[in-house]
Amino acid sequence: MSTVRANATGSSPMLDCRRDFPALQQEINGHRLVYLDSAASAQQPMAVIEAIAEYERHNHANVHRGVHTLSHRATDAYESARDKLRAFINAASRKEIVLTSGTTESINLIAQSFCRPRIGQGDRIVITQLEHHSNIVPWQLLCEQTGAELLIAPIDDTGQVIPDRLEHLLTEEVRLLAIAHVSNALGTINPVADVIRLAKSRNVPVLIDGAQAVPHMPVDVQDLDCDFYAFSGHKMFGPTGTGVLYGKEALLEDMPPWKGGGDMILEVSFAGTTFNELPYKFEAGTPNIAGVVGLGAAVDYLSDIGMNRVSAYEKELLTILMDRLRATEGVRLIGTAEHKASVQSFLLDDIHPHDLGTILDHQGVAIRTGHHCAMPVMDYFGVPGTARASLGLYNTVDDIERLIEALLKARSILS
Amino acid sequence: MMVAGTHDANADDVSDLYRELIIDHSRHPRHFGQLDNATHVAEGINPLCGDRLRLYLQLDEDDSIRDASFEGSGCAISVASASLLTDLVIGIDTSRALAYSKEITERLSTADAPADLAVELEKLMALDGVRRFPSRVKCATLAWHALKSALLGKQAAVSTE
Repeated sequence: MSTVRANATGSSPMLDCRRDFPALQQEINGHRLVYLDSAASAQQPMAVIEAIAEYERHNHANVHRGVHTLSHRATDAYESARDKLRAFINAASRKEIVLTSGTTESINLIAQSFCRPRIGQGDRIVITQLEHHSNIVPWQLLCEQTGAELLIAPIDDTGQVIPDRLEHLLTEEVRLLAIAHVSNALGTINPVADVIRLAKSRNVPVLIDGAQAVPHMPVDVQDLDCDFYAFSGHKMFGPTGTGVLYGKEALLEDMPPWKGGGDMILEVSFAGTTFNELPYKFEAGTPNIAGVVGLGAAVDYLSDIGMNRVSAYEKELLTILMDRLRATEGVRLIGTAEHKASVQSFLLDDIHPHDLGTILDHQGVAIRTGHHCAMPVMDYFGVPGTARASLGLYNTVDDIERLIEALLKARSILS
Repeated sequence: MMVAGTHDANADDVSDLYRELIIDHSRHPRHFGQLDNATHVAEGINPLCGDRLRLYLQLDEDDSIRDASFEGSGCAISVASASLLTDLVIGIDTSRALAYSKEITERLSTADAPADLAVELEKLMALDGVRRFPSRVKCATLAWHALKSALLGKQAAVSTE
């Protein structure tokens, strides 16, 4: 179990979660692993690993089908994860929690099922310049299919979306605004509550890509009043191949199914098919049951700690990370927005990020290097890629010191 | 490889990857820039790290490489490899260049103990360090693939006007 202790000053709670994560208890190249790549994929706590193993060992069967005991157990485990997810983001109803393979599928679902039937030539979709490719490419595909136009709200040199420019784009031709809650490449927290309010006033539906937000801060979809909110299991300490699409019930109700298959139907005949009710209408085929069970355990893990506490701890850690990087000769920070979470991109001298990543790995420090699936962001800053350190609740100040030491060593090798 | 005192085994691996010759060629790449009278051009892209190199060759009528250059951006390994490549291929004929490309690509991509290299290829042993870094082999072979595609590719002959 995770433990929480007050720090010396008692001002904010320190987290002591590292011990809960078996993967973090290993050495890489002779050094204690420092994992600073949670924005790509987070490690899993023992509770998640055990929940999946327990399910596979004792409780596996197909869901929503059989009358036998294991099928009941599997269905209970799967559906209780949905309930946990509903509570975690404070959705109004479990019908609003569609289980998907991840954020990418959630966004594609909205593009094809919500947007495509109601969009055509002259219509517009608005995104921002800091989006992950998974919140760019589905819209490019949709626009190719329908003749609609994709418009991009630009960012400034701190990595913030320029509010006036975004507002200017929200005209009556816009059928959806799709925007990241937190940028995966820059760490910028977009002011989504304000953005949603503005979009509402212009009758523009809003999809939030919350992949990088949900693991790091409390998210309340009713409070935000967003129409759709997408996120992934593996960024929030759960397994890969799991994710959520939250959607307002009335909107989901009106949308046609996205994939056809088993479990999404009530009745099938060759004359026609009656679709199942929400949320099953969108969950064709046997789902990733074990993964969803693991995701439910991840939600329990995070709920036990409390997302306010996670957010406060990580905020302190990010401030230390940014300060220490700033104080390191040769470091240039990319992404310096006022409100940020978890992520810091940077460059060291003129060292190519890929070289840096290799040298850091050999000191047991795992960072991400490259374009972070956000090539338009890299273009804006005029760099082919960056090094990126991203934090999770298990990181410590010591991890940051290890990163800085490793950077100094990289400098000595390559300069 | 044992190095005195201050280095541990892993630091040695990294030093082996970033040998002095590699650092030198990455910081001061030879034949860097566009070749105005190129007869053959090919682009090499490594999407993993964003390496993007363009290799230019100027061939004589007798199929020997009169001049070569490259431009683009990449990591130390890919830039150094391209720089070493251009140094090597200027003045040799295309069949020999292709044979070298094959030999170097295979050498870096296989786990077998590397064979001795002909004397004219000796400098390229500086790239041997990547053999212990699977994720970096593509960086080292990028320019060599570009060489092959420049010489064999359907649209290899281009006008640079």
